[in-house]
Amino acid sequence: MRRLKERLIETVLFLAAASSVFVTLGIVGILVTESIPFFEHVSIKDFLTDTEWTPLFENAHYGILPLLSGTFLTTMIALLVAIPLGTVAAAFLSEYVRPGIKEILKPILELLAAVPTVVYGYFALLFVTPLLQKVIPSLGGFNVLSAGIVMGVMIIPYVSSLSEDAMRSVPSHLREASFAVGASRIQTAFRVVIPAAFSGITSAYILGISRALGETMVVAIAAGMQPNLTLNPLEPSATITAFIVQVSLGDLPHGSIGYQSIYVAGLSLLCLTLCFNIIGLWLRKKFQEKE
Amino acid sequence: MKDLVLRAEVKDLKFSYGDKLVLKGITLPVYENRVTALIGPSGCGKTTLLRCFNRMHDLYANAHYNGEITLHPDGINILGKDIDPMEVRMRIGMVFQKPNPFPKSIYENVAYGLKVRGVKKKSFIEERVEKSLQQAGLWTEVKDRLNSAATALSGGQQQRLCIARALATEPEILLLDEPTSALDPISTRHIEELIQELRKDVTIAIVTHSLHQAARVSDYTAFMYLGDLIEFGASDQIFTNPKDQKTENYITGRFG
Repeated sequence: MRRLKERLIETVLFLAAASSVFVTLGIVGILVTESIPFFEHVSIKDFLTDTEWTPLFENAHYGILPLLSGTFLTTMIALLVAIPLGTVAAAFLSEYVRPGIKEILKPILELLAAVPTVVYGYFALLFVTPLLQKVIPSLGGFNVLSAGIVMGVMIIPYVSSLSEDAMRSVPSHLREASFAVGASRIQTAFRVVIPAAFSGITSAYILGISRALGETMVVAIAAGMQPNLTLNPLEPSATITAFIVQVSLGDLPHGSIGYQSIYVAGLSLLCLTLCFNIIGLWLRKKFQEKE
Repeated sequence: MKDLVLRAEVKDLKFSYGDKLVLKGITLPVYENRVTALIGPSGCGKTTLLRCFNRMHDLYANAHYNGEITLHPDGINILGKDIDPMEVRMRIGMVFQKPNPFPKSIYENVAYGLKVRGVKKKSFIEERVEKSLQQAGLWTEVKDRLNSAATALSGGQQQRLCIARALATEPEILLLDEPTSALDPISTRHIEELIQELRKDVTIAIVTHSLHQAARVSDYTAFMYLGDLIEFGASDQIFTNPKDQKTENYITGRFG
């Protein structure tokens, strides 16, 4: 009887643990099966090399490059904002702030992540873009720069919170060793604590990258939803996610090639995030070996 | 041995953590090119006293010094409010209980102190790294793998690396906080021999739990008990002919 109970508990736990794996497999399965008809219609070569993405137009083109460039550009801008600010914020919280004050500051910073992304989207469109236009008069109403910056601000807490955890877990005897030879706080933070915590900090960056790649509302609202093969942040563009939203909101018939294109877009995004996760894992392993 | 010169003086030092008085008024001389051992049962304040010398307590809240530690020959009070703890730590090096090399290469570990001081000249740093590793008796073991990870060294090697790291900046006083308590007997003997050698170049203060170690390596010994200095004297005298009953009880193993 007791053994039966143990077996039962084990099975329940296994199912709970397996559920996320099954869901992921299910999503991948659907994305792949729905993408197959698309590739019967469009060759992989066109998909990867065509410079236009216009599945909804009369003269349809199905080149993923404009969406990739849009995704890549917004993500890069967001990371340029989030990684330096997030890392410095984490170093400040971990190395400078007294514990009592940290208990107040950290939740406030984490609140940035609790703001709904649609709010960030309109914040970018109606506040940041006009502000940027004062500096860059030629900037259009929809642009990648403003969306990227706001997205960066949005992911600061993801980067800083995890980085801070990693820095705090650096044993204090390493800090003492650094101070004991006459190092300052900032030298200790940047030369000892951050390198020692780097594998954890890398995970924080990877999470930030994944968030930026998958972010939808900010870019859909502020970047213009126009697939555009460009690396100029002042132009409007569309990301993979923004395109999916755009199509989902329309009334495309089920099974049409335009409808299937969102599954292909989704599959591309999944591959992209997977690549970054693998790079992240590899980096982590590399830094852990070094320690 | 060189003549007896006063290198530092602890004058009526009281130290408290929050409202707990840990050192109750210590007065103690530290002589140049001699090894001074601080002994006493756990909780007597010997490590606390050692960590006053390089203002290590300043890293934590609620630490209060009262009294003086005068560093000679310039006569500054290193506990003075106007003295930057970083300046003190540049002059007084420390080796900790547990070997704590940075997760960097052997070379970078030893060069760290010079680099944080803004030393840029590579040839100078290389020279110093070699000299310090030689002083710490580690050079022949690591000279072919200076760029490999310090954490891959054995415990005893790591501790000697930490000694080299402290020596690289040529400190005036070297503080050793139970440097062999985490090491095996062979590594311990190695470090003890090293302390004898280093005495020629630097003034040493060592905290140790091992009375045998104190007797073997030190010239002067201070016996502390419950935050008070009970007896200070030449190690020969302390270990063979203690004047205070408490000292005698402790070194004969009757308490502690």
